[in-house]
Amino acid sequence: MTSQRIAVERDPVEPGPDRPLTIWVDGEPVTGTAGQTIAGVLLGAGRRQWRTTREGGAPRGVFCGIGVCFDCLVEVNGLPDVRACLRRAQDGDVVADQGAPPSGGSLPEVTS
Amino acid sequence: MIERVDVAADVVIVGAGIVGAACARALARAGARVTVLDRVAAASATSAHGEGNLLVSDKGPGPELELAKVSLRRWAHLADELADELGPLFPSIEHEAKGGLVVVTSADGLDGLRGFAEAQRAAGVEAVEVTAEQARELEPDLAPGVVGAVYYPQDAQVQPVAAAEALLASARRAGAVVRTEVEVTGPLLGDGGRLTGVATTRGEVSAGAVVVAAGPWSAEVAERLGARIAVRPRRGMVLVTTPMRQRVRHKVYDGDYFAATQSAGAELQTSAVIESTRGGTVLIGSSREQVGFDDRLSTQVLAQLARRAVAVFPFLARTNVMRSYLGFRPYMPDHLPVIGPDPALPGLWFATGHEGAGVGLAPATGDLLAAGMLGLAAAVDPRPYAVDRPTLRPRVAHGEALA
Amino acid sequence: MSKGLRHVVVVGAGPAGLAAARAAAEAGARVTLLDAADGLGGQYWRHLPAARPAGREHVLHHRWSTFGELSGALRANPAVTVVESAQVWSLERPDGGIRLNVLVGEPDAVGRAVLVLEPDALVLATGAHDRTLPFPGWQLPGVYSAGAAQALAKGERVAVGRRVVVAGAGPFLLPVASALLWTGATVVGVHEAAGPGALARGWLSRPWELAGAAGKAGELAGYVGELARHRVPWRPGEAVVAAHGDGQVEAVTIARLDERWAPVAGTERQVEADAVCVSHGFTPRLELAVAAGCALSPSRFVVVDDAQATSVPGVWAAGEITGIGGADAALAEGAVAGTAAAGGDLGVVRVAVRARARARGFAARIEAAHGVRGGWVRWLRDDTVVCRCEETTYGRVREVVELTGSHETRSVKLTSRAGLGPCQARMCGRTLQELLGDAPGGDSDAGGTAPGVDRRPLVVPVRLGDLASLPSTSASTSP
Repeated sequence: MTSQRIAVERDPVEPGPDRPLTIWVDGEPVTGTAGQTIAGVLLGAGRRQWRTTREGGAPRGVFCGIGVCFDCLVEVNGLPDVRACLRRAQDGDVVADQGAPPSGGSLPEVTS
Repeated sequence: MIERVDVAADVVIVGAGIVGAACARALARAGARVTVLDRVAAASATSAHGEGNLLVSDKGPGPELELAKVSLRRWAHLADELADELGPLFPSIEHEAKGGLVVVTSADGLDGLRGFAEAQRAAGVEAVEVTAEQARELEPDLAPGVVGAVYYPQDAQVQPVAAAEALLASARRAGAVVRTEVEVTGPLLGDGGRLTGVATTRGEVSAGAVVVAAGPWSAEVAERLGARIAVRPRRGMVLVTTPMRQRVRHKVYDGDYFAATQSAGAELQTSAVIESTRGGTVLIGSSREQVGFDDRLSTQVLAQLARRAVAVFPFLARTNVMRSYLGFRPYMPDHLPVIGPDPALPGLWFATGHEGAGVGLAPATGDLLAAGMLGLAAAVDPRPYAVDRPTLRPRVAHGEALA
Repeated sequence: MSKGLRHVVVVGAGPAGLAAARAAAEAGARVTLLDAADGLGGQYWRHLPAARPAGREHVLHHRWSTFGELSGALRANPAVTVVESAQVWSLERPDGGIRLNVLVGEPDAVGRAVLVLEPDALVLATGAHDRTLPFPGWQLPGVYSAGAAQALAKGERVAVGRRVVVAGAGPFLLPVASALLWTGATVVGVHEAAGPGALARGWLSRPWELAGAAGKAGELAGYVGELARHRVPWRPGEAVVAAHGDGQVEAVTIARLDERWAPVAGTERQVEADAVCVSHGFTPRLELAVAAGCALSPSRFVVVDDAQATSVPGVWAAGEITGIGGADAALAEGAVAGTAAAGGDLGVVRVAVRARARARGFAARIEAAHGVRGGWVRWLRDDTVVCRCEETTYGRVREVVELTGSHETRSVKLTSRAGLGPCQARMCGRTLQELLGDAPGGDSDAGGTAPGVDRRPLVVPVRLGDLASLPSTSASTSP
């Protein structure tokens, strides 16, 4: 795992004890702790990419980490364009890749 | 220090927006030596702050519609001509003959729209009345309150900045010279007071004729040259959403759009014009206000645009608006562009006053202007667009009195 | 709340905004402090949220006690209203005043609460974000701005990688490396683009001035010692010129740079890393200042006078939007701005006035030593992404410029699509202007002399439904 949350018992900053929460990412459970952002939960669990770009189909995740670059956009509970680095995760949040191509819909994809 | 570089040109065009670009291309291809001057940069003002509308749907029978019919046909050919001429790497002008759909939400609105469409059909516009159900086949996400619609297959769209750059690039290939960051400061006058060029912040440019195509700033340019034109700025604001999967397929208007374009009132008017772009954004335009060149943001205007758009497409309520921009359209009191010579100042020509229709009307404007200047046959009768037409006469007389 | 008191609104709760709010309250004003985040402190004092209270948070911070004092004082003062999660999304200029339109609630949510403020005085302390120059592969997951690495370390206790390369320019790279070490990561190296010559000219000229900025110098010396203890090499005159990997970063190419920041051929070496954190300086967050009509300097900061007043009556500015001077400068400027905005006596904050003078000297040194040099363009390739949102490449930008003959930023944006995406050119705007050689003011708006790519009338995206449901009157609402 490249990115990870520091285990509370090994953290010199001594954060309070974990209060686990689970978010659902493209159907899979990912566990974090209360107070984390969605990006924090994902990175903390070793996930570094959760968006696919519209044009090139390239993977993206966090870049600026402070809400400026809009690279980390996700769909949260059906609402697109939520900055994962700013939104605090709630237990049960359903998170989806908003850049993925439409799944079997009849609408034409924008071409350029 | 003013740099004194004398340049000679057959025609100087003041303004490198979409109208100036179309005039430059038409004149250069007809053999004129053309110099285009812009005080800022090409396609940086009005042309960059609109939506790229090519519309017949908002025009009732009359001279503007006649010009639009010709011009929209020209755009369809131009898109191919420019692509062939400039090559596949040149930014696409994104011409899309997507068609327009005017929707109404009340029985009264439907009656009004029907009557308008009938008159348009008599004037040669394709205006197809569709049921609410058919409208929803065209646009599945329409609001449930839509009771009827008229479909306008001729309505189309271009990306106006790319289109202006393409027209200018084509004009340059025909020998035109485009000079930016050059501001006109005064006239060069010859024998008998004839206009023989312009003085600028970068020297003098002599010419056989000068065309003012400076959009809403045309009155100011004309004044510097010693002439008058009754063009005024009319402000429009546009909202841009973040990119999304395409859900708006046509240009979709609420039925009020017609009323707003035809009104001369100075008060704020909005009616939604909603459309997707190739970049995946949705554009929501456009307000119309007469507030001079005031460029201050107005949240009230943005809120009105938003309310109209959500009333037509409820799903838009959850989309993000990432930008708003505002532009100034060149507004004429009689809602017709001015294309032709100034009777009071020999050597001066105008191609301005298109209000929100400049992108759509640009090709026909360029052709008409070139025909007038070079004595060629014109595709439309030029008289309705003349500077001294009856509907503008009181103001022209006023200008003459001052001159 | 007393109607007679002067109402000062402070936007931004980093060091400058906190100091401004306290000073304004102490000078007798009624104060409203707004911040988009759900906690105070800004990026400098980014910390764990209330849901994860930490025992030893101070180990990650400098002047942590100052933060405690400031935030404590503000929360205890009945004349101060702190509104967190408060996003100012636009600023209007009705005749004779300023109106702030604010949405309060979760970031990017639908249906946030509407707050409209028409203050007597406004203090802008909106801060800055990293500026990262593009390089091949910088769009790969695993490449972060240096600020992201620090924010994740401080605010999430997340390590962005195990083997991390830090690169870019400026003293900020040092605390970033420190924050990474505190996550347990191995920092492979810190690569500073400025070469020894520039560093000497910037930092060693007039050394007597540095003694005055002892706090800042001491802070940096602390970081240098920390890097040495962890055997982290600090290498001036070097840059990450490419990141490599299949779907995420696996390695980077590091090269030596010449004085102009152009890579020196033959000096490239590949280093394995699973994360790279890059910052080449800072871009001030100017949206509100631009919307208010504040004059900007040629180097794109808000122009202020000795009282931190901007060119617009009723608007003051402090912190990084007036120049990149660090937290000491921000605290001093904030105290001056808050006092002045409240109509107070600047004699009371003499100490801050003197501290500001010292800190500004420090800012000038940072620019002299670490300011971006044009040679970096040489590490771009035609397929290097310049605009991350629209995936416009350097080659495409060059092609469009050549074909259209236009060097004007607005036109090139609209024909190449660079800068048109959701970040609205926050990431690539400055880069585009440099590549085009366009004067900063050249991206004119509606033919006027608007301030280029920094003009964003909507400060952040707003849900269309929230716009639609704005009340149709524009009277200000509480607080």
